[in-house]
Amino acid sequence: MTLLELEHFFILAGLYLLFTAVQVLRDHRHPHRIGSGLFWGLLAILFIAGPYLPPVAVGYTVTFMVALTAFKQVGAKKAVAPDHHARHQSAIALGNRLLLPAIGIPVIVIAGSWLFRRLSFDNWSIVDPGQATQVALGLATLVGLVLALRVCRSPLSEPFNEGTRLIEILGWTLLLPQMLAALGGIFGQAGVGDVVADLVAAILPVEIPLIAVVAYCAAMALFTMIMGNAFAAFPVVTLGIGIPFIVNTHGGNPAIMGALGMLSGYCGTLLTPMAANFNLVPALLLEIPDKNAVIRAQVPMSAAIWVFNVLVMYLCVYRF
Amino acid sequence: MLKLLGILIVAVGFALRLNTLLSVLAAGIITGLIAGFSLNEIMTMLGSFFIENRFMTLPVILMMPVIGLLEKHGLQERAAILIRGAGAATAGRVLMLYQTIREGTSMLGLSIGNHASMVRPLIAPMAEGAAAARHGDLSDEQVMMIRAHSAASENIGNFFADDILVAVGPVLLMKGFFDVAGVPVELLHLAWWGLPTALWVLAVGWWRNHVLDQKLKQMTAGFNINDPA
Repeated sequence: MTLLELEHFFILAGLYLLFTAVQVLRDHRHPHRIGSGLFWGLLAILFIAGPYLPPVAVGYTVTFMVALTAFKQVGAKKAVAPDHHARHQSAIALGNRLLLPAIGIPVIVIAGSWLFRRLSFDNWSIVDPGQATQVALGLATLVGLVLALRVCRSPLSEPFNEGTRLIEILGWTLLLPQMLAALGGIFGQAGVGDVVADLVAAILPVEIPLIAVVAYCAAMALFTMIMGNAFAAFPVVTLGIGIPFIVNTHGGNPAIMGALGMLSGYCGTLLTPMAANFNLVPALLLEIPDKNAVIRAQVPMSAAIWVFNVLVMYLCVYRF
Repeated sequence: MLKLLGILIVAVGFALRLNTLLSVLAAGIITGLIAGFSLNEIMTMLGSFFIENRFMTLPVILMMPVIGLLEKHGLQERAAILIRGAGAATAGRVLMLYQTIREGTSMLGLSIGNHASMVRPLIAPMAEGAAAARHGDLSDEQVMMIRAHSAASENIGNFFADDILVAVGPVLLMKGFFDVAGVPVELLHLAWWGLPTALWVLAVGWWRNHVLDQKLKQMTAGFNINDPA
């Protein structure tokens, strides 16, 4: 058995979303009181009870939440501009102590995930090693919160109210990563990947070794852009192009192919709005008005890394 | 071929800036129907994938109270003040340092943070602070460029050095896949062949961050020329 599970933190996050929902519902001046309240309340239930609910009910609930956003029933209160002067004063008064909780969080994450992976005995462990990093991050946010409350000498209500404000700013985009992951999953089940793999193999002269490498790396990047996730693209593209042509036809080394193929997929992740948690949510978190700004900054990097992967794979995969 | 319709729907939805959630949902339902699933089967898939992927949203939700509190008390301003004191700092150098640390720890299978816990509260304000110390007040365009590059340095530091020394994630996934496909591979070979790219990514980061610094400088110079005062 395990002492701490990721599920506990889902419940914690769900309780916090429930608090957000209640706050919205109690605020009679909120412009989207009912819609937003329902939205956050339902999300809270999915976080708390998700694994115990019938998946089909979850599916319809999510559909209803999407409908709420589509009919513009979910939104934040008009944002109050932060008081930059007060913040600056506070930054000077509190000094570098203010950085302590923020720096403490990554330190705890590293120490925690290292420790949790080692602390397991015959049939019980503190944390499932596969969840070590995520559980450590969950714990770190709690320790960070306690530290922050002490440093700022704030009442407990303050972080909750500020956090709710930030969550409302993110709004329905918070759902996007999970929705896109689900879409990638449905694409996989529907066999979208196989269609594209057949298409690539039919169009390109993959009997030339270099073309096989370029086609494989390009398909990894392209597929990742479509599915939003290199892990979802990997099996499809490797079964469709990599193994039949690079390994079987040309005798390439599968380890080299797989490693560099996955890294070519990540080049696709840098380019796609489908990878919302890496590209779109950060733009929102950083309050950049242009949602594609992060992707645009990543285009030259992605291109340079992809070309390098193709070169290394071509030079090594048929040789080692 | 009809199965590719879903991809088209998402692409058009993104391009026309329609409600993204709606176009994603529509693409999923239509692709599922074309593939011969019933609506209830599609809803079942949607529901189980949605629950399975809660971990994607978790860090953002849990970080919000502590980040909100610290920011209200001037965390971003403090990070900027700190970096202004370091004379050699530029936006590009701050980001390069972060990317290097991110890659180094990621190589060990460790994650020091993400966009919510590191980039918004610390890294972006530090990069902005360093730039402000060099170039004076920054234009909105300059600030947004720095923020976009801050997010980029987190992403490329995170992606390309996975698991080289300690195999935890993708390397295990690849090994599992090749085992099932009946292709023998060594776990360690899968991990080590990621090393050349990890080093190259450092060079790419250095190049892009250098370009960022140059651009910031040019934008400030251009601004001064056009400024009647």
